[in-house]
Amino acid sequence: MKILNASGCLDALTAPEIVRSLDAFVTKTVTPLPREGNAPPRIAEAEQGMLNSIGLANPGIDCFLSNTLPRLSELGVPIWVSVGCFEVADYADLCDRLDDLPEVAAIELNVSCPNVDDVPASVGEIVGAARRATRKPLYTKLSPATADVAEVAQAAQRAGTDGLSLVNTILGLALDEWTLQPRLSRAAGGLSGPALKPIALAAVYACYAATGLPIVGMGGISSGRDALEFIAAGASSVALGTILFSDPVASERVRSELTSELTKFGVDDPDNAIGLAHAESAPHRARAERAASVSG
Amino acid sequence: MRPERAEVTGSEQLGLYTLLRVRRGGLEPGVPGQFFMLEAPGRLLPRPMSLCLAPPGELAFLIDPIGPGTRALCALEPEERISILGPLGNGYRLDVARPLLVGGGIGIAPLPYLSEVLNAPPPILGFRTAAHAEAAALLPDAQVVIDPILVTDAMPAGHDVLACGPEPMLEAVARLEPGAQLAWEAPMACGYGACYGCAVEIDGEIKRLCVEGPVLDGEVVVA
Repeated sequence: MKILNASGCLDALTAPEIVRSLDAFVTKTVTPLPREGNAPPRIAEAEQGMLNSIGLANPGIDCFLSNTLPRLSELGVPIWVSVGCFEVADYADLCDRLDDLPEVAAIELNVSCPNVDDVPASVGEIVGAARRATRKPLYTKLSPATADVAEVAQAAQRAGTDGLSLVNTILGLALDEWTLQPRLSRAAGGLSGPALKPIALAAVYACYAATGLPIVGMGGISSGRDALEFIAAGASSVALGTILFSDPVASERVRSELTSELTKFGVDDPDNAIGLAHAESAPHRARAERAASVSG
Repeated sequence: MRPERAEVTGSEQLGLYTLLRVRRGGLEPGVPGQFFMLEAPGRLLPRPMSLCLAPPGELAFLIDPIGPGTRALCALEPEERISILGPLGNGYRLDVARPLLVGGGIGIAPLPYLSEVLNAPPPILGFRTAAHAEAAALLPDAQVVIDPILVTDAMPAGHDVLACGPEPMLEAVARLEPGAQLAWEAPMACGYGACYGCAVEIDGEIKRLCVEGPVLDGEVVVA
């Protein structure tokens, strides 16, 4: 069980010591060309969550490879590179360019940014093209804003993804208290934080049952209990996003809280808690229930 | 990069604003113009506040209760604790020969601490109303103007201007004194470069205000 950051929620170069408290660092999404991102304002607090419409601001793959990646590799933490494109061929090209780099531990395919207008091709096509371009572990990051996320996950699995990152943000809107105008320049933005947690849990639960793939669970995780719920739903690792903004050292706390939570259920290793919420892992669940009733 | 749990020691009303005081603990006051992220009770995100005063053993922040977060901060009672991260960002350069402090509205917040560090240079403060202007008590020798008179109407030439206030004021100050140092504001989720929420256009490039600023040179074009 690893604790990572959610892509776009941490800059390793301005907060290296926070990155070193993680088991792996996921970069902000890199695109083929540089992107300035959306016009400000690009963040707003909402009820039990926050909205962002950053818009994949990044220096582009050339500058990332020549400038950013060498500095990231000095941190001594496994690097997952998040890539996002608008054409299938570009996904393949970026994966190809990352394939030979030993400092890249895994590639996350961002096929689900809610803050850009261009709609990418089908997830299956993207994953297939990326798969043919690289031997690196591929994690496909999906949006919960779809009729059947498990079906999309199965398409990614058939196309060769090694794992899933669940979930990306979902579009939301916040209006100004005084003017009733949208608070973000693009009006709507990606909702993250506690409001996203039940939506993310449902996606993890469904995709675990449908694919059995390793899942990095994320969406409103701010405590060890939250992490445990994602693991029970089927995540094998968890990522922290919005909580890092108010608590940069949250990973230490979540890790120690998770250990206490697992003890409550008589589970010694988080890996033994993966999928406990599913009926088919009834033996595990019965054991957890017995442990809970004894400790209760 | 570790937030500190700070105990509220008190708060006082200054016109329409609130001066919130907390025990300093392990927090350093930093350079005037730097800021801190203050946990707003009951809200998801902390709020960026520049340091207003650094009395012995305390830090004080001037807060305008304009939204749910700032209202929660103004409602804090003594002995309550909030998480505080800072000091963050770049403050004012203090190597100035003839300093003049210029503040507008809640933008006067960093000036009392700046005044203390620079040995009380002359301040000019502008406010929308007389009620807002009561906060000028933080800088007893200040020249105070109230709308429709603007700080730029009262600014003498030939000074090293250190300013903070609303964007139109900062732009007007920079037109008069291109060498001024200006403290800008933007919505921030984290304050330490992680969220990319405070991006503004600085000299034609989109950059994070928390990393590049919040104090920028007057020659720099901010949009």
